[in-house]
Amino acid sequence: MSRLGSTPSQTVGPYLSLGLPWPDGPAVVEDGTPGAVWIRGTIIDGAGTPVPDALVETWQADPNGRFDHPDDPRGAQPGFRGFGRCPTDDNGEYAIRTVLPGALPDEAPHIDVSVFARGLLHRVVTRVYFPDHADAHADDPVLAAVPEERRHTLIATRTEDGYRFDVRLQGAGETVFFDV
Amino acid sequence: MTTSAESGLILPRYRRDPEGTHPPLDSPGYKSTSLRHPKQPLVLLPHKLTEVTGPLLGPGRLGELDHDLTRQHPEEPQGQRIIVHGRLLDGDGRPVPHSLVEIWQANAGGRYKHVWDNWPCPVDPNFDGVGRTITDNEGRYEFVTIKPGAYPWKNHDNAWRPAHIHFSVFGRAFPQRLVTQMYFPDDPLFSQDPIFNSVPDEKARQRMISRFDLGRTVPEWALAFEFDIVLRGREATPFENEEEDA
Ligand SMILES: [Fe+2]
Repeated sequence: MSRLGSTPSQTVGPYLSLGLPWPDGPAVVEDGTPGAVWIRGTIIDGAGTPVPDALVETWQADPNGRFDHPDDPRGAQPGFRGFGRCPTDDNGEYAIRTVLPGALPDEAPHIDVSVFARGLLHRVVTRVYFPDHADAHADDPVLAAVPEERRHTLIATRTEDGYRFDVRLQGAGETVFFDV
Repeated sequence: MTTSAESGLILPRYRRDPEGTHPPLDSPGYKSTSLRHPKQPLVLLPHKLTEVTGPLLGPGRLGELDHDLTRQHPEEPQGQRIIVHGRLLDGDGRPVPHSLVEIWQANAGGRYKHVWDNWPCPVDPNFDGVGRTITDNEGRYEFVTIKPGAYPWKNHDNAWRPAHIHFSVFGRAFPQRLVTQMYFPDDPLFSQDPIFNSVPDEKARQRMISRFDLGRTVPEWALAFEFDIVLRGREATPFENEEEDA
């Protein structure tokens, strides 16, 4: 088969909230699910200003480290959506209700995060890790590839109802972003 | 490298696109990028289990008329009725079936139904400008909508966005996630648009322009445009989970 060039990425623009949010987008798990936590955060630009026209998407394993997906060579484990989606509000904040992912064969528990926004011509991708798994972080191959002084930007902090994970797009404390 | 009981899983890996396919995050012509683009280098993310999987979002997310933006209200919207159709493919030409496609757009006059859009152009009470569908077995999708108008924005003096429809697709796995814009052939506004021109490679830029499709027009009813969306293909050889990118 001949190769085709990929379609380029373009910004979601300022009106993404027309087309992308879903009423149940932030609910990776139902209200009342045992172990449910809220991951909340603010998307912040290079001037320290919150970004009110962004969208956060999350993708993660279930609490046993499994995915409902046929390309997982261990087999698909049906039933867990694994996906969350939340636009930022006027204060640049998002919130996703989920459960902690399990560990993967050689990785610490983590959630892949995409951020889309006006002014981002391509999504930026980062990962959330959790302070509960500090031991596993020492052996995680992805964290190992991140300069040590910047690793903290990938680790959520504990809050009353879950975790906080702010995303700094630029400048002091800039979040680590990945080339997928 | 750590080892584990389950190490050595064989995983697909998604090819990286050639330089110039996608816009640089720092694109000075598009002013909003200035405070929003990361300045630190990106860290290469190997394709492990979280990356070779992704949300497979099915028909449960669709309403009956989500694919027809002209029938979501009691009356029809103003403007030129068009069919927008195409295929969702990967870089090897393989269809991506049963995959969610979401669109949003301005109305015929170029106005979005959004609280922040208040340029002097009327809202159309019969047009929300939002659609959703799922690709079929051959990766095909189809929408019925209204040709969107161009609209002004304040990026530079007398700046106008060429007419476009925003597209969001998931593909099969996390690396294939794509949000783009579909443009219309021969738009005279291309030359002054820093978003369209943010894509460095000329051929890649052309891939965002739909093709007028006379064969799919419906007499006495609608014009048609074809827009295929190509997502990253896979490396020919799968890789062991432990193997790092070179
Ligand atoms: Fe737009």
